[in-house]
Amino acid sequence: MRTSALQKVFRNKIPLVCAIVIGFFLLIAFAAQFFGLASNWDTPIGTQYLPPNLSEFKFWLGTDYLGRSVILKVIQGARVALSVGVVTILLSAPIGVFFGCVSGYFGGLIDELILWFITTLSSIPNILLLIGISYSLGRGMTAVYIALTATSWISLARILRGEVIKHKQKEYLIAAEALGAGNGRRIFIHLLPNVMHQVILSMTFMFEMAIRAEVLLSYLQLGVQNLPSWGKMIDDANGELGNGVWWQLTGATVAMFFLMFSINVLGDYVRDALDPKANI
Amino acid sequence: MWSYVIRRLFYSVPTLLGAALVVFSLFHLVGGDPATLLLGKHATAERVAMVRSELGLDQPLPIQFGHYLKEIVTFDFGKSYTTREVISDRILKGVGPTLSLSIPAFFLTAFFSLLIALVVSYFRGRWIDRASLVFFVVLMSMPGLAYILFGQYILASKLGWFPISGYGSGWSERWYYLALPVLISVFLNLGSDIRFFRNSIIEEITQDYVRTARAKGLPEKFVYLKHVLKNSMIPVITYVVIQIPYLVLGSLLLESFFSIPGIGGITVEAVKNSDFPVLKAMTTVISIVYILTNILTDILYHLVDPRMRLGQEG
Repeated sequence: MRTSALQKVFRNKIPLVCAIVIGFFLLIAFAAQFFGLASNWDTPIGTQYLPPNLSEFKFWLGTDYLGRSVILKVIQGARVALSVGVVTILLSAPIGVFFGCVSGYFGGLIDELILWFITTLSSIPNILLLIGISYSLGRGMTAVYIALTATSWISLARILRGEVIKHKQKEYLIAAEALGAGNGRRIFIHLLPNVMHQVILSMTFMFEMAIRAEVLLSYLQLGVQNLPSWGKMIDDANGELGNGVWWQLTGATVAMFFLMFSINVLGDYVRDALDPKANI
Repeated sequence: MWSYVIRRLFYSVPTLLGAALVVFSLFHLVGGDPATLLLGKHATAERVAMVRSELGLDQPLPIQFGHYLKEIVTFDFGKSYTTREVISDRILKGVGPTLSLSIPAFFLTAFFSLLIALVVSYFRGRWIDRASLVFFVVLMSMPGLAYILFGQYILASKLGWFPISGYGSGWSERWYYLALPVLISVFLNLGSDIRFFRNSIIEEITQDYVRTARAKGLPEKFVYLKHVLKNSMIPVITYVVIQIPYLVLGSLLLESFFSIPGIGGITVEAVKNSDFPVLKAMTTVISIVYILTNILTDILYHLVDPRMRLGQEG
């Protein structure tokens, strides 16, 4: 069923293009992380605030206030943004799935406790929790990862809990129980594949929120410290625009826009393909 | 009705205590030593010990938590590290500016989103619908900070239509200062709101009763305005109502960039200055107000939606 949904998504050209754009960003980020792409971003290549010119790749987006190449910084920014997105998903999706399934499936006191924890955490506005955690843990990437993970799993756990409760009484699970399947088998082999679409949708949402949050944390100087990030570049632009230096802001904004747009559009197509109502 | 209010208030006690516990552990267990933060790295050990006992940091944790709860109940969070101002006064002073930005933005966004969503969903599937959908995804995909920077630069600095930043001293000039941040705030939320409203309306159009209404020969305009509109308002109102608790928080970025002395602006300043007690107080107060506003909207919802009332009594 899921393969047919995926096939349905990519039968269309638009989501395919979006997936290619996201893949391209991932490739750049991967190359920057592991193969040293744009690793010389912090050596000055010219004087301060050179406007963009097309003579050489590193001058395409001009230079910043230290004479460093802006396009190399955009590439390093992609590395930061995507690692924030990917790490957040990889850490918080399992946590959300675990708490959502356990709470919905077992019910009782465990459910009450987990629900209390979820309600408490979501009663503190997300932004403040994010700031509080990354402030307490000190500046840097690890703090950002932890803060984003701690805030992202909550909504997934809540959604999944509701889904699991709905599925718990369905015939297929009762049949599995009648055949002697244990709790673990019933949850992982039978239940989880049937609520997987919610997990996938939440993951696209988490990915986008994580990248946006990185910009906000960078503006508050709580984000990544010794690497350029899109958030820091956009923040730098605050003083630059008045002097007519538009390229750093534009570079970071355009890069982030293409990524966000692709995620949004692809997410829409995936949602439509997975929505049982849309099939009628 | 009253039994519901009392039950709702009663259920919120563990949440309030839980939130206090989370904020306390965040700032007292995980966070760095406020005494060192306050005095800097080069302070002598005696100075640090003195400040620690002054701040009550040498007490056992349960007693510190008790102090913290007392701070909340008496609404007395001490003084700021950087400005030496009384924190609770500062928070109270920030509420007005925050609401004067967030409330007009909230109503304008809801109004324009609903209006555009109605037009767009009436033309569903035609080019105007498709083109505007693409446009709204574009609006949504722009980084929020870019709206603020470009908006402030182009509309205020370059064209001079609006003042660059500030809050004005009286209401006669304040609306002029607030116009641009309100406008940017509307644009920040317009894309996602319209998409949600449009989907709610279109979901309603595919219901069986709409087909029945058409089948019995009602004109399309009548079906749309009388049947669809009324029923699609339920998800729309829910969506709008759950945003109300966020009004007290305001917008961190907008307030900070436009120098509006509200809650969000104070929070940003506290983070940038590592002003530990201000940040702790802001997180606490906003969370509590947020929980209380949530209760209030729940109760209001309960009053307005007859189906929920029936469910309670039945």
